[in-house]
Amino acid sequence: MSTFWIILTGALVAATCGIAGCFLVLRRMAMVGDAISHSVLPGIVIAFLISGSRDSLLMLLGAAALGLVTVFLIQLFHQSGVQSDASIGVVFTALFAVGVILVSLYTRDIDLDLDCVLYGEIAYVPWDTLQWGGVDIGPKAVWGVGTALLLTAGVIAAFYKQFKICAFDPALAAAVGIPVALFHYLLMGLVSVSTVASFESVGAILVVGMLVIPPATAYLLTESLGRMIVYSVAIGCASSVLGYYVAVLLDASIAGSMISAAGALFLLALLFSPSHGVLFRKWRMKRMVQMQKQANEAMSA
Amino acid sequence: MRAWFDLLLDPNVQWILLGCMLLGLGSGVIGSFAYLRKQSLMGDALSHAALPGVCIAFMLSGSKSIVLFLIGAAAAGLAATFGIGFITRHTRLKQDTALAIVLSLFFGVGIVLLTRIQHSGNGNQSGLDKFLFGQAATMVRADVIAMAAISLFLVGICALLFKQFKLLSFDPGFARGIGYPVAFLEQLLMFLIVIAVVVGVQAVGVVLMAALLITPAVSARYWTEKLGFMVALSGAFGAASGLIGTFVSAGGNNLPTGPLTVLAATAVFVLSVIAAPRRGLAAKWLMHAAARNRVNRERLARNVEQREELG
Repeated sequence: MSTFWIILTGALVAATCGIAGCFLVLRRMAMVGDAISHSVLPGIVIAFLISGSRDSLLMLLGAAALGLVTVFLIQLFHQSGVQSDASIGVVFTALFAVGVILVSLYTRDIDLDLDCVLYGEIAYVPWDTLQWGGVDIGPKAVWGVGTALLLTAGVIAAFYKQFKICAFDPALAAAVGIPVALFHYLLMGLVSVSTVASFESVGAILVVGMLVIPPATAYLLTESLGRMIVYSVAIGCASSVLGYYVAVLLDASIAGSMISAAGALFLLALLFSPSHGVLFRKWRMKRMVQMQKQANEAMSA
Repeated sequence: MRAWFDLLLDPNVQWILLGCMLLGLGSGVIGSFAYLRKQSLMGDALSHAALPGVCIAFMLSGSKSIVLFLIGAAAAGLAATFGIGFITRHTRLKQDTALAIVLSLFFGVGIVLLTRIQHSGNGNQSGLDKFLFGQAATMVRADVIAMAAISLFLVGICALLFKQFKLLSFDPGFARGIGYPVAFLEQLLMFLIVIAVVVGVQAVGVVLMAALLITPAVSARYWTEKLGFMVALSGAFGAASGLIGTFVSAGGNNLPTGPLTVLAATAVFVLSVIAAPRRGLAAKWLMHAAARNRVNRERLARNVEQREELG
């Protein structure tokens, strides 16, 4: 049963991140996702210190707020003349450092240690269950991540058209009267929420793998946004199942194995994707050259 | 205060402080070239990518020697650079996505290897997890000497090839035109970043090493328009952050060195944003205020003139 809960948590995390990540990849903001996933840490720790529990709404709000602060700071420094990639680097390392120091300072008093922050404690998920009316209704993490998934999927589904136009053509979006800045911050808020929800199970550093690798794989497989999201979720779920069994086999970190599995799937798509794979493109090129040659020979004959 | 002063007199601490200072100096100098070439986040990707290299080096050799780690991390760093280049050249994914993929994939593999080492029960592995956030206090004298020597070597190469790197940063096309081996110089710069990362692993840790490459350079850019001065200043900022971070960490409160060093560098950055001449917020505000005053005064003078004409 515990295997089932672990895999379910991993799959829910992958689905949540996979949906939000598609828009990050399309908007060329993958490294902003990396920045947010690092810098929500102080928000989580501060919310934890205030509320004293790991499963509060406060934690979600604190992290979402920090995520928006990160995006705001990055834009602020960028506008004042710092290159955008450097301003990402400055902001997230600073906030992450604050988070690590806070964790180290209070690590003796609370059950929130550095290992958990780094690569999650998905193995302990099944034992931390939620009671409702005296009945055991499953691990807390499943409910938490499930809520985040519903929230993300709901918001994206409700404003699908707006998000789509903003992702592909922000200028057009602005011209037809869509509040681009609002949807930008909404997306960033969703990324922060996915990060926090995944935080317990895969850890702050590896979330970015879940945010970027499955959507990038899906991007190599299809041309339509709707299908890209579905593929991305499916690939994410597959890598969490695969990763779990690899981790059991190797006796190693489950979160790390999940990311490695996602990476392996990405490599497969990179090489063998029918439309964008390296090998197929080479093969098609070779065939085109051959056909050209044949045509030339036919002409000269 | 007294305790801190005693700490300074401890020869062991003196060595470590010197090492971290030189590390900050070296990475600050390299980082300013990376910043000008718009490759700041490359440092982030390379520092994360160093983790599996270090782990494999440890698994193969079973010892914690800085030279072997250097080789392992350099190999991993080169693989990461190659991977990023391959993805951006051969697919429609953009560079930022390629960076994020390689970074998280390498780090994920690194975590798998690290946990595997920890579970294998090798007695010598204790302290390997310190590589994530750095713990300068655990370094022995041989490590410190190697670290200092390599940092000086980095600064030396940058001084020797200053003209080449300068041209590479501002106008690679022209550099190619006058016959510089641009591809080689680019690879060399990348390799120097990898070396800086590996040297910093023990002191600052792989997670936050990127900050030592980025933040001092960005801060230095606020103060000057001249490359030579910027590189020197960035080195000085890096050295100061390394010194402060290590000093506070060695102060006995058991905090990891990396985050403290990063916070010191960030403090310098914030100071630069506020107080730098011409580009800083205070200077800009003063300029605005002066301009506003001038306009007001001119308007007043005009009003007075008009009134005199009327009257």
